[in-house]
Amino acid sequence: MTRTTNIMIVGVGGQGSLLASKLLGRLLLSRGYDVKVSEVHGMSQRGGSVVTYVRYGQRVYSPVIDQGEADYILSFELLEAARHAAFLRKGGTIIANSQRISPMPVITGAAAYPEALPEKLAAAGIAMDAFDALSLAGQAGSPKAVNLVLLGRFSRALDFTVEEWLSAIRESVPEKYRAMNERAFLLGRGA
Amino acid sequence: MKKIRRRGRFPAACSKGGTAMKTLMLGNEAVARGLYEAGCALVSSYPGTPSTEITECAARFPELYAEWAPNEKVALEAAFGAALHGQRSFCGMKHVGLNVAADPLFTLSYTGVNAGLVIGVADDAAMHSSQNEQDSRHYAMAAKVPMLEPADSAEALAFTKLAYEISERFDTPVLLKMCTRVSHAQSIVETGERVLPAPRPYEKNPAKYIMMPGNAKKRHPLVEERLAALSLYAETTGVNRVEPGRDTSLGIITASTSYQYVKEACGDRFPVLKLGMAYPMPRQRILDFAASVERLVVVEELDGFIEAHCKALGLSVAGKSLFPPVGELSQRMVAEKLGLPLPESAALSEPIPLRPPVMCAGCPHRGLFYTLKQQGLTVIGDIGCYTLGAMPPLGAIDAVVCMGASVSGLHGFLKAGGDPKKTVAVIGDSTFIHSGVTGLINIAYNDSCGTVIILDNSITGMTGHQQNPTTGFNLRGDPAARVDLEALCRAVGIRRVRVVDPYDLAACAAAVKEELAAEEASVIIARRPCALLKHVRHQPPLSVAQDRCRSCKRCMQLGCPAISMAENGAKIDETLCTGCGLCAQLCSFGALDGGKEAKRA
Repeated sequence: MTRTTNIMIVGVGGQGSLLASKLLGRLLLSRGYDVKVSEVHGMSQRGGSVVTYVRYGQRVYSPVIDQGEADYILSFELLEAARHAAFLRKGGTIIANSQRISPMPVITGAAAYPEALPEKLAAAGIAMDAFDALSLAGQAGSPKAVNLVLLGRFSRALDFTVEEWLSAIRESVPEKYRAMNERAFLLGRGA
Repeated sequence: MKKIRRRGRFPAACSKGGTAMKTLMLGNEAVARGLYEAGCALVSSYPGTPSTEITECAARFPELYAEWAPNEKVALEAAFGAALHGQRSFCGMKHVGLNVAADPLFTLSYTGVNAGLVIGVADDAAMHSSQNEQDSRHYAMAAKVPMLEPADSAEALAFTKLAYEISERFDTPVLLKMCTRVSHAQSIVETGERVLPAPRPYEKNPAKYIMMPGNAKKRHPLVEERLAALSLYAETTGVNRVEPGRDTSLGIITASTSYQYVKEACGDRFPVLKLGMAYPMPRQRILDFAASVERLVVVEELDGFIEAHCKALGLSVAGKSLFPPVGELSQRMVAEKLGLPLPESAALSEPIPLRPPVMCAGCPHRGLFYTLKQQGLTVIGDIGCYTLGAMPPLGAIDAVVCMGASVSGLHGFLKAGGDPKKTVAVIGDSTFIHSGVTGLINIAYNDSCGTVIILDNSITGMTGHQQNPTTGFNLRGDPAARVDLEALCRAVGIRRVRVVDPYDLAACAAAVKEELAAEEASVIIARRPCALLKHVRHQPPLSVAQDRCRSCKRCMQLGCPAISMAENGAKIDETLCTGCGLCAQLCSFGALDGGKEAKRA
């Protein structure tokens, strides 16, 4: 029996995590897995901390991922990676955009954005692959394509062919954004 | 007027007729698919997270008539009218919406339905987007109507169809209880064909449908008889099922998303009684299950509803002594409480700053809340995006209870001696129509000198941009009659009604000051469309003239996520800034674009 694989997508409301989970869900379904994708809608989408869970395997029950269970955490932002680090299972990996987006308590001065997060996570024994996905997204044509860059980087961990990924992109993205999203994915995969 | 085109938020699969296919669907999409397949003809709902997508998806089927009603009570009464006339109908809402629709619900239990009537209600344990975490199962018991409770999307589809069979067989409205983790989780669904039910033409039947005392007295015993019959049905229905386990030292009774957590944590180890019917519960099956195991545990979110039922049967059972009545459960919590091993994890020891939701950059509500804060007013708030005006640094709201409570609450506050020169109510356009207008009638009729501010952003914002009676478009995006808010306020007896642009701080300040000074009730409509609407054009992002910025942080008082302080002064995030210009109006040194002209003028 295949073990259930757990992927968390975390970020700041409005960064496009729903597209990433939709695309993953579609790809995994086509491979014949049982799949569950859990999203958050409503108030927290307004610039708050948002989490999407993607789980697949032979039989998936829970729609959510809890502490110590995530094989991969794709993070659109550094602070969110640190916030959700406890969800990572032993041996799991965080793949993170190294961008820093200050939350309102930091903007107003009520709290400080922690320094040197990658080093601190490494010291705590948490594996993180952080890279500048925002620049690659810009290179692909839009800062909004960070989601596809991250997915591209992550795609190296799964055994799907580039063609399978690209076809899932074609099915999930409107025609006029397709080329840009494909570029972003390939830049992420190559990065 | 042109039809508004909605972008395709949901995969087309949910709204394609024809042959069976396997696809991933949100629980809410699956309910909509179930409505289609069950031959439902009318859907009338009010949006509310996490229920909204049921109705949005239903609207994509041309075979179904779907609408947004002004509130849940109107929606349920419309659905009843359709059922009375012989068409299967549906009404969707969030848990607190059922409080609004409770009035018709309790009496529809007496009248029965003719054609099937299903009410979808979505609870929000953990309050991801709600003001309380009430447990809707109590409504089924209180109104004496059956309730089905799916645990994933496949069940959401199947139970929706079953709900219509139960509704017509037992002549009762049926509650379909969803929750955030079922509504907003995608799982695999196999679709089927739409099958139209046999016609049930309307027949006049005063004894059944006119609920005055003489008739209602005769209906109530029938409701009790129906409940007894439904209890028998619960003993045999397949939606309640036992899943065997190899270790009978423990047996678990569970339902909804809690079932998934139990299975995730325990696999096939312990026997499980999964209840797909939350009410009425199967007495004998519960007793038989209890007899087959050594110890009984109930795993359920929020209240101990199943647990209380088990205890009433005289069973010894652990439930809320193990699991909290607050928030959501998870597989980890189930494992922990049952003494099963937990996965290891590591975390940072240092605290991570919170990231609460904030008003978007360019939000038209910001300027108004800044004004209220500046004037030091007491603000009775309401439910919507603008509840975020309570968050720092704006922190401009004093109380928020439920839809409409701002306007009616203001009236009582003033009657009790609150200062009419220092107190206002704020309410959104959709919320005002939902239940704010009745409060305004009270202000006019019972003569309190209240100032009500309608934050008209021309859309229902928080739930993801639904049309409402003030927008001029209906659910399908077709042009529709539009409530004239100014005329409406005047018509209920408010003489002072004025419109202000919330992007103009000076105008906002003057309007609020003048209306508070007036010796009679007034309404200020702060009108500007939501900055996230597709058709709203943004101005170019502002930039900071670093040589002029004195780091006084005045612009920071707006709580705009696009502005932050760097070492050399204010900084604007160009990807977020919509060029609304509020910060430029505040800057005393002309350091922000647009400030220059303002200074010279």
